[in-house]
Amino acid sequence: MTMVFLVFMSTVFVNNFVLAQFLGLCPFFGVSRKVETGLGMGAAVTFVLVLAAAACFVALNFILVPLDIVFLANIVFILIIAAIVQVVELYLKKSSPTLYRSLGIYLPLITTNCIVIGAIIINAERFTDNFVLSIVHAAGAGLGFTLAIVLLASIREKIEYCNVPAPFKGFPIALVSAGLMAIAFMGFSGLISL
Amino acid sequence: MSMIGVSAAVLGGMGLAFGVVLGYAAKKFHVEQDPRLGAITEALPNANCGGCGYPGCSNFAQAILDGAAPPEGCPLGGMEVAAAIGTILGVEVKKTVRKVAFIRCAGGQSKSTFLYDYSGMNNCTAAMQLVAGGAKECAFGCLGGGSCFVACEFGAIIMEDGIAKVDNEKCVACGKCVSACPKNLIKMVPHDSNVRVACNSNDNGKTVRGCCKVGCIACRMCQKTCEFAAINVFDLLAEVDYEKCTDCGACVAKCPPKSIIRRNNEEETAEKPLETVAS
Repeated sequence: MTMVFLVFMSTVFVNNFVLAQFLGLCPFFGVSRKVETGLGMGAAVTFVLVLAAAACFVALNFILVPLDIVFLANIVFILIIAAIVQVVELYLKKSSPTLYRSLGIYLPLITTNCIVIGAIIINAERFTDNFVLSIVHAAGAGLGFTLAIVLLASIREKIEYCNVPAPFKGFPIALVSAGLMAIAFMGFSGLISL
Repeated sequence: MSMIGVSAAVLGGMGLAFGVVLGYAAKKFHVEQDPRLGAITEALPNANCGGCGYPGCSNFAQAILDGAAPPEGCPLGGMEVAAAIGTILGVEVKKTVRKVAFIRCAGGQSKSTFLYDYSGMNNCTAAMQLVAGGAKECAFGCLGGGSCFVACEFGAIIMEDGIAKVDNEKCVACGKCVSACPKNLIKMVPHDSNVRVACNSNDNGKTVRGCCKVGCIACRMCQKTCEFAAINVFDLLAEVDYEKCTDCGACVAKCPPKSIIRRNNEEETAEKPLETVAS
């Protein structure tokens, strides 16, 4: 149980996928203009991550390892992620057209989001035979991304009202804020020692 | 060999399984769409220029369906596209006058004076941050940084003699250059109009004379010449009222500094047959 808690805290804060490992920066900047869409994106990524982690765990341990074709792991993971993202996209289009439109191109791009594939490859390496830790790690990665994107979105919403010097308007100031956030998150390093 | 077979079988099997799942999901989560939406999107130019005020052609098509945008709102497609959309929707479309962007400055490097040499980046906003709002002595004139040139996705803006110029035929009136110009020099004019004031200066005649050979000096010669009251001087700058203008060209001939010009910046010396009354 301690291990579960430690893995969770470490992926959300200490090794935050966005702010400490610099993965998934494309949607991080792409849809962080509003807190609402940021939350939607975070939720979609977390959902895909948890589902993909479970499916990939099953595929790895019950198909690839017994058949001794583990070298196919990456391509199978990509296949699984792509399929799950497609289902999520279809579902969102039906259930929440507004969110579907505001996420736009970034929704199908979850397929190529490096957080998803990154967390799953780390799962395959570190938590090969531990289902619970795999899921917790994936959920932590997704929630860490959600946390980062919501924080950045709220900062950017505030920046909208500020008098930003012309050369820094838009993306440059977002990059500067994200850099400062990353520095702040460095404060978590050393919090957990395994 | 068997490993290859097993690998192929596993990947193929998974692909097939996911395909079935996705097929089922697509059926289950199917969204009914207005078939006219696809038809309208296809009829549009799909250049996604944003000239209609919507982010892309598909958004514009949706807006037409919702009644939020007029069917003739696409500046790029003009009457043809409007008519095509009209047939899809079964409505009459209004006639629109094709517009083009026009740069209200003719004071190129050879015709105007400069306060200093600008050697910074090719961007008008950057050039304007410097002393006196740019190197040009005329505070209203084209800086020639090429911001509109970069903004134009249709290759309709040419840089000539250090200032920008619009190609009448290539321009689709998307309006990107209008917002790109920090001096607010660019204005939409009817495509067929043949009388255009190529100056943006609100300075008095003496000041304009001192810094530009072709600037409007607000002498009101055009105002006096025009029989139709279609050209008037406001704020020391001549302005054409295209509702009244008949393209007779009397003001073009009379303008002392030659700041009123023909379409395509042709000067009065290049005699061209005038077109009759513009619609």
